[in-house]
Amino acid sequence: MNLLSRNIFMAVAAIVLSLAGMGRAYAAEEDIDVQEIIFGHIGDSYEWHITDIGKREISIPLPVIVHSSTGWHCFLSSRLEDGAVYEGLYISSSDRYDGKVVELDAAGNEVRPLDISITRNVLSLMINSALLVALILCCARWYRKHDALEESPKGVAALLEPVIAMINDDVIKSAIGPGYAKFAPYLLTVFFFILINNLMGIIPFFPGGTNITGNITVTFVLAFCTFLCVNLTTNRYYWKDIFCPEVPLWLKPILIVIEVFGVFTKPFALMLRLFANIMAGHCLILCVVAMIFITAKMGALIGGSMTVVSVVFGIFMDCLELLVAFIQAYVFTMLSAVFIGLSRERPEKSDITEKQ
Amino acid sequence: MSLLLPDSGLLFWMVLIFAIVFVILAKFGFPVITRMMDKRKEYIDNSLRLAKEADAKMGRILEEQARIMAQAREEQNRILKEAAQARDNIVRKAQEQAQDEAKKILDEAKVRLEAEKESALREIRSQVAMLSVRVAEKVVRQNLESDKAQMDLVYRMLDEVTAPSKDKN
Repeated sequence: MNLLSRNIFMAVAAIVLSLAGMGRAYAAEEDIDVQEIIFGHIGDSYEWHITDIGKREISIPLPVIVHSSTGWHCFLSSRLEDGAVYEGLYISSSDRYDGKVVELDAAGNEVRPLDISITRNVLSLMINSALLVALILCCARWYRKHDALEESPKGVAALLEPVIAMINDDVIKSAIGPGYAKFAPYLLTVFFFILINNLMGIIPFFPGGTNITGNITVTFVLAFCTFLCVNLTTNRYYWKDIFCPEVPLWLKPILIVIEVFGVFTKPFALMLRLFANIMAGHCLILCVVAMIFITAKMGALIGGSMTVVSVVFGIFMDCLELLVAFIQAYVFTMLSAVFIGLSRERPEKSDITEKQ
Repeated sequence: MSLLLPDSGLLFWMVLIFAIVFVILAKFGFPVITRMMDKRKEYIDNSLRLAKEADAKMGRILEEQARIMAQAREEQNRILKEAAQARDNIVRKAQEQAQDEAKKILDEAKVRLEAEKESALREIRSQVAMLSVRVAEKVVRQNLESDKAQMDLVYRMLDEVTAPSKDKN
C-alpha cells in the first residue's frame, strides 16, 4: 500500500514537472497575455476557438451575418482571419470596436454595421437551448406515455422531476401564492435555462466552456422578462403603493421617487447578480489555470509546486462553480417569483372583505 | 467596458432563442409535467387519506369485536352461573322431595306398625281372656263340685272385692 502510494506520488510529480517544463518551453517562446486569455474567453468571438496544436489553431468558423451599407452579407468567419478584408468588412482592432466586424464609411471612419452574426455565444446558446428543450420534452414525453399514477418516473423524468417539484412547489408556489400556475412555466423555463447554461459553461471544452450567463446581454434579457412579468400582470394596489403611498404628504415626493427607482433596480440587481457571479467564477478559474503558465517561467520547483496548488485550487473552484451554477439559477428564479408575488399582493383590508 | 454593454447581435439572438425555448417549454414541456405531478400528488394524498380512514375503520371494527367478545364472555359467565344455580335448586328440591317421601313412608309404616301392634295386643288380650276364662272354667268346674267349696269361693271373692275398696277408702 505504502509502495503504491509512493509510486502514485512519483508519477504525479513527474507529470507535474514535465508539465512545468512544457510550460516553460512554451513561455520561453512568448509571454503569456493573461488578460487576453481571460477576456478572450469571457467575451464573444466570430469563431469558436477550440485548441492549439503546436502553432496551428483549431477553431470552428461561424457564419457572419451583417447588414452593411452595401446590403446583407453572409459568409464564414474564416474569411476574416488574421485581419483579412472581405466584401469591405474586417475585424476591427481599434479601442472602440475591438474584435467586432466593421466597415469603413466615406470619411474613412470605422462604422459598425447591423451585426446578427452567429457568434460563439449565439451558437453555444443554441446548443444549450436545444439540449434543454430535448431534456424537458423527453421528460414531458415520459409523462405523456406513462401513467404517473401507476409507476414511478424513470430516466430523464426521474432526474428532472425532483428539481421541477422543488422549484414549482417550494419556490414558485410559496412565493407567488394563489394564481401561481400562470407564472410557473416562465419561472421554470428561466430556472432551467440559467442552470443549463451555467453548467455547460463549466465544461472546459467544446460544446461547453462559453460564458453565456456571465454575459450581460443574456442576463439583461432574462431580467427584462421578469420586469415585464412583474409590471404587466400586477394589480392596482401595486401602482397605488408606488404613486400614492400611505405616508405623510411631505414624504410622498421622496417615496414616489424611491419606489419608481425600485421598480427598475429590482430587475437591474437580478441582471447584475447573475452576470457578476458567473463571470467572476469563469475569471477565477482562468486565473488559477493561467497561474501554471505564469509561474512556469520561475523554474521547475516553483512552477511545479504552483502547478499542484493551481490544480488543487482549480478543482476546488470547479466544485464551487457547480454549486454557484445551481444557486444562481435558484436565486434568480426565487427573486423573480418573490417580485411577482409582491406585485400581486393585496392590502390586508381587502383580504378581510374577500374572506367575508 | 464592452463587457457591461449589451451586444445588439447577441441581444437579437438571445431574445429569439429564449422566446422559442419559452414557447416550446411552456406549451409542451412544463405544463404536462407539473399537471401530472399535481395529479399524482392529489392521488397520493387521496390514497393516504383513504388509508387513514381504512385504518380508523379497522380500529373501530377491532374495538367492536373486542366489545362483542367481552359481552359474549359476560353472557357465558352469566349463563354458567344461572345453570349452576338451577342445578343446585333442582338437587335441593329433589332432596327435599325425597326427604318428604321418606318421611311419609316412615309415618305410614309407623301407623301400620301401631295398628298391627294394637290388633296383636287386642288378640293377645282376647286370647288371654279366653284362656283365663277357660282356665277359670276348669278351675271353677273342679272346685264347684261341692256346694261348700262354691260358697267358699263366693265369699272369698266378695271379700276380695270389698277389701280393696276398704283400702281405697
